Amino acid sequence: MILMPPPDQAVLARRTQIVADLRQIVPGDGVIDTEHERRAFECDGLTAYRQLPMVVVLPSTTAQIVGVLRYCTAHNVKVVPRGAGTSLSGGALPLEDGVLLGLGKFKRILEIDTANRCVVVQPGVTNLGITHAVQGLGLYYAPDPSSQIACTIGGNVAENSGGVHCLKYGLTTNNVIGIEMVTMDGEILRLGGKHFDSGGLDLLGVMVGSEGLLGVVTEVTVRVLPPPPGARALMIGFPTVEGSADCVADIIAAGIIPGGMEIMDRLAVEAAEAFVHAGYPLEAAALLIVELDGVAVEVDHLVALVEEIAQRHGATSCRASQSEAERLLFWAGRKAAFPAVGRLSPDYYCMDGTIPRRRIGYVLARITQMEQVYGLRVANVFHAGDGNLHPLILYNANIPGELERAEEFGNDILRLCVEVGGVLTGEHGVGIEKRDLMGTMFNETDLGQQQRLKCAFDPASLLNPGKVFPQLCNCAELGRVHVHGGQTRFPELPRF
Amino acid sequence: MPRFTPQNAAEAAEIIARAAAGNQPLEIIAGASKRALGRPVASNDVLDISALRGIISYEPAELVLSVHAATPMSEIEAALSEHQQMLAFEPPDWRGLLGSGGEPTLGGVVACNQSGPRRVRAGAARDYFLGFSAINGWGESWKAGGKVVKNVTGYDMSKLQAGAFGTLSVLTEITLKVMPKPQTATTILLPSLAGEVAIALLSQALNTPYEISGAAHLPAVVARRSGVAAAAQGGAVTALRLEGHAPSVAFRVEAAEVLLGRGERLDAAQSAQFWREVGEVSPLLPAEGRVIWRLCPTPSAAPEVLQGISGAFASAEAYYDWGGGLIWLSLDAAAAGPDAGAAAVRGAMARAGGHATLIAAPAALRTAVPVFTPLPGPLEALARRVKQSFDLRGILNPGRIQEGH
Repeated sequence: MILMPPPDQAVLARRTQIVADLRQIVPGDGVIDTEHERRAFECDGLTAYRQLPMVVVLPSTTAQIVGVLRYCTAHNVKVVPRGAGTSLSGGALPLEDGVLLGLGKFKRILEIDTANRCVVVQPGVTNLGITHAVQGLGLYYAPDPSSQIACTIGGNVAENSGGVHCLKYGLTTNNVIGIEMVTMDGEILRLGGKHFDSGGLDLLGVMVGSEGLLGVVTEVTVRVLPPPPGARALMIGFPTVEGSADCVADIIAAGIIPGGMEIMDRLAVEAAEAFVHAGYPLEAAALLIVELDGVAVEVDHLVALVEEIAQRHGATSCRASQSEAERLLFWAGRKAAFPAVGRLSPDYYCMDGTIPRRRIGYVLARITQMEQVYGLRVANVFHAGDGNLHPLILYNANIPGELERAEEFGNDILRLCVEVGGVLTGEHGVGIEKRDLMGTMFNETDLGQQQRLKCAFDPASLLNPGKVFPQLCNCAELGRVHVHGGQTRFPELPRF
Repeated sequence: MPRFTPQNAAEAAEIIARAAAGNQPLEIIAGASKRALGRPVASNDVLDISALRGIISYEPAELVLSVHAATPMSEIEAALSEHQQMLAFEPPDWRGLLGSGGEPTLGGVVACNQSGPRRVRAGAARDYFLGFSAINGWGESWKAGGKVVKNVTGYDMSKLQAGAFGTLSVLTEITLKVMPKPQTATTILLPSLAGEVAIALLSQALNTPYEISGAAHLPAVVARRSGVAAAAQGGAVTALRLEGHAPSVAFRVEAAEVLLGRGERLDAAQSAQFWREVGEVSPLLPAEGRVIWRLCPTPSAAPEVLQGISGAFASAEAYYDWGGGLIWLSLDAAAAGPDAGAAAVRGAMARAGGHATLIAAPAALRTAVPVFTPLPGPLEALARRVKQSFDLRGILNPGRIQEGH
């Protein structure tokens, strides 16, 4: 189980006063304090963890956010920012003694600037909402996390969200060019804008992916692009997972960067096929979907090249989409893979490590061994182009101990990812989920440097504490001391 | 002037730890080709990490390259070329611009977030920077990021190191994402457009799905200095580059010309030369008796910015890259005066949004004039706290970006 920092009893004792004070800052229905209504905010996409927040605040102006953060700083109250609550890593898990600051009312598109190919939005606009706002102008917003219908751009900035197309089009960080943010002490800062790059330190770059620990984002400027004029997908079956991974390596070595490239293993293919009947090859040990996008002549040229590479790698089946409807059908199974796997099992736990792609065969073989040890099945879907694995561990939360077993299994998979030269999370974030594994990737000095950076933004550690780092830090101490060669820093601070 | 030449990262860390203990700042150099970029460092001691060189690992099929920080760019480019790969952000060689010798290294390129013409489509150095090992101002070796192309574990410290000019940590190992080299390239040169018409046309071009990977406009006086004959015929040139697989490039060039107008076409070799010149700022060189600024305005506002500056300085020569998102500006040093034209340049930029950096100027001017755009108070205070969180005592390249930190 993942423990959260013990609540501040002094803050809890002042709860009634705090709620009343917050109502002065955010009038009307913007402060929610009944247990019944707070319940709606008790978890994010990592539903195994729930915590009722002390109070929920839903501001509707930046000035109110400034007021709330100033108040919380002055009164030593913790704050957890939240977008749509779709985080899969518990980034928006509330704190018992904290304000849950929901940005859901910040839903306006502020400016569409076609000449500079950018859109200025409030953080509560959904990812897909941006594309909807500009598609009539022949533009779209490229990062497409699978939750894009619901997740907000503010949450995407916090998590540096990816998606199926990010090998070619980048993550959130490559497509956000400016933000307005409020620091914990209530200062409004603007980073970036409509121009290229930062004139000095790239503070925008470090804000993206900071999981709500450094500031509250109140406005976002994103780059939008003309969509590729066309796309075709190939559905390629392989007798072994290694065969599919080698094929991916050769596609890239041939100088081709597909718009999307996904591998599904047999269990994932079976589940998806039973669910959407996409015509997936059930005899294959691995299914590779490759999408090539661009002008038609380029797409056709690359489809032929990929077909040839697939044959060389012993593909047992290979179909290229001949129509837009067929392309979407090929994707339908992949896009429905999670709910399809959900039909096989009452619950599943989605992991998110990244590995060097050449180790995929080894990693999947090890995961198969672990299935025996833990007595749980795993379906694998895999952003093959960038090595981002999503093993789905099937379990039943109603069987006592099974969730804990699934979590331990997941932790073992992530340790394995690090062991082969990969990382703990490719796109879902650390949150609370992988927090206690940070030590497998980083040593005390590495984490100490990251926490000192946090201190530069939030010296009292009031913003989303208990996330990302396995240990709280004391900024005053971190500023002074250093070099602790492996020994535990600040033994008086709680480990949780 | 003491000069430390560590042979490995551990020795470098020891030197920095000793410097920190003695409050003795260090100027960090490797190839020293960009020593004249930024404010002169307030230090007598030099930490020369040029021995930290060599490729650690290169996996073409993974698109990942790891090197010691002081690996020369020439070595990296040669290794990548063998596998038809490249650094997509097209880092330019600024030795001509800065009037320097030395050997550009990847550490310097990354520390300065140096990107060339393809930046308009492919992103900047920071966008390809996956992970690193480094030494902070206490002499602690630390690392962040990873050696895979997709990673969100912990803060994205790579972004912060790119463009920090060595003021936050000394990079010792760098991992980058590399990309396939385009099979071929064609550049379309459209003749004789006025600046504001050209920027509008470049914006229109960048809004098409034809994957424009270079978008520049050179006024007549600047274009005439190009070494590419087709560009130097006397008038202004507006240039659009298209790269990729041959059948695709052929189609897109035709489609772009149908939409934007017929132009002269440069083949792959001429195209390479033209964009190398654009990236290296050679159309504004030699810089003798001049100061050179690099402006990054909101792209559509670029013509207005330049008009404002040209109104103040008849000596102004300039050209646009990145569809207007980058203006290279040269002013006569005497006419620009004791602030190198900073007031006029930054005044014009204030309305447009963006930033302006004084790139080529004598050291005395780069000490007296804020080289980087001054930040508003609260942001400046945050930048200072960030610097202190890596380097409390101001040991690493102090003053390089900002006086006092």
